[in-house]
Amino acid sequence: MPKQSPAPAEGDITKPFWDAANEDRLIVQRCLPCTDLRGLTVLQFPPEPTCVWCGLGDDALEWYEVCGRGTIDTYGILHDAAQRQLQPDQPLNVAVISLEEDPRCQMLSHLRDTPVDEIPVGATVEVVFEVTPATGQKVPEWRVVG
Amino acid sequence: MTTQRAPASMYRNREGLGVWEHRGKVAAVGVGHSPTSRRWDGTAENCIGALAIDALRKAIADAGVDPSAVDGLVMDPGTTTGAHWEEGDPIPMDVVNAFNPTDDPLDGIAKLSAEWILKNMPELSGINFTMYGPGCMSNAIVVAAQAIGDGMAHTCLVLKGWHNLAGRYYQGGAAAMDTVAGNAWGQLWGTRAGTTDAFTFQEYLHKYGKNHDMMANFIVNSKKNGLLFPEGFFAQNRPDEITREDYINARWIVKPLNLFDMDIPIMATAAYLFTTAERAQDMAQNPVYILNHCTTRPKFGLNQGLENAMLSTEATARKSYTGAGITASDLSFENMYDGFTVFHNHYLEGLRYGGMKRGEVLDFYESEDISISGPNPVSPSGGNCGSGRTRFWMHTDTIQQLQGRAGARQISKPAEIGISGGPMPQGGDFTVWSSTPG
Repeated sequence: MPKQSPAPAEGDITKPFWDAANEDRLIVQRCLPCTDLRGLTVLQFPPEPTCVWCGLGDDALEWYEVCGRGTIDTYGILHDAAQRQLQPDQPLNVAVISLEEDPRCQMLSHLRDTPVDEIPVGATVEVVFEVTPATGQKVPEWRVVG
Repeated sequence: MTTQRAPASMYRNREGLGVWEHRGKVAAVGVGHSPTSRRWDGTAENCIGALAIDALRKAIADAGVDPSAVDGLVMDPGTTTGAHWEEGDPIPMDVVNAFNPTDDPLDGIAKLSAEWILKNMPELSGINFTMYGPGCMSNAIVVAAQAIGDGMAHTCLVLKGWHNLAGRYYQGGAAAMDTVAGNAWGQLWGTRAGTTDAFTFQEYLHKYGKNHDMMANFIVNSKKNGLLFPEGFFAQNRPDEITREDYINARWIVKPLNLFDMDIPIMATAAYLFTTAERAQDMAQNPVYILNHCTTRPKFGLNQGLENAMLSTEATARKSYTGAGITASDLSFENMYDGFTVFHNHYLEGLRYGGMKRGEVLDFYESEDISISGPNPVSPSGGNCGSGRTRFWMHTDTIQQLQGRAGARQISKPAEIGISGGPMPQGGDFTVWSSTPG
């Protein structure tokens, strides 16, 4: 699990995401014009001031709660992390998770309970929220469920 | 003179623009390189400003022009390889005051402005056009080419420098704190330079049923070509070839990328002298004509992804070929970017180099002669892999190949048209060069 605590400043675009994580809810941005135009749920993560697809901001983007399921898209095995807190745990899985509602919307995971370098690409995963030590801020992690 | 970043209008980043309006009317003539070193030694003689002056003077002399005849300078003001001057670290005023400083004491040490260059190269008395092409030499080249074509300058220096300081960059600072800013999405999970490229390479290996070790011939070939590059870091400092076994057994950094898939940060500077095709006829070296330049800009997400890399490189190829009025089979060689090495795979497939298609590049490395003696030379410069992190060996080599003065690296087949550019498969700046104006 991540060892550093995210510490968003008041007013930071990321703060709603982290506040929701503390309530065990996973939210990402949804672009309303793109969703209407393409008949899809167009999500984006990490949060941005504007939609990466259409470039609109302000009222075009809303926070949207997703179901917390996804699939493993690809991965790497981290042997030489720059982050001091992670170095004792190396090597580490770092998997790319595609969200069920929009596979282009992706998050990262150390894949709780999955042995290092035995990552089942395409497997279904579900989100779990883990507490980081410095501040107690929760972060979304993922575990394989099928 | 205030120097601005190049406006968006100078980049050919859309498809359907047709043949470049200045095709064959802009030429590269002079090349200059500073010596290389692993890190800055703290002396004025080897600071990034001094290296830049050295490279610029060599490029001017190489072209055989009077410095006062130069009227343009395009460069990147950023020079870091990843090493940053930590806030509060003392500034070596003896180095600052060894030159004519600007208002920023780190100018010439950990960054480089056009103002600093002009203050310290009084012989450049004719410059009335300066512009920044930020990021790397690939960007500065396309800006300089467009500037000359548009008549903003007629004899223009193109400059890129890199400084490297003590310590391991990316370590310390935010990476050593207990808390991080809320937007450090990758950092929380330990991503670093190369991690997302490892994701993409793993996706490629999974999709096409290949394995990491199939990169070995490319790495060995690039290292070999690098040792034939007298201006390069390894030729100057660590002239040892590596074997397939060295590569395959190297330690992982972020699997499936190992130590040799990374590049080594160094200190180095390169400069070129560009001019109009007409003026080039009177200069000291054979002109290398620019047939086209183009740009692809990436959409950055958490993971850039294989499909994005493939679609972007294919778009880059279409723009490059169309604007130059050539096809893939016209390329005598290619010098696309390689730092990280796996970038090269996407470029070659996107370019359809040697007739390859998606999913074939690793088999191409394994089964074809990719050396400078073969029919389809791959990265004759050796790139960052062969000579260290500068993102400019590919351009220097392309110019020298087409001038017929690449020395021991000269490809066996006639060098008539080449392509170079980078940095990222998902986006960068690219140039098509020719030994004739076309």
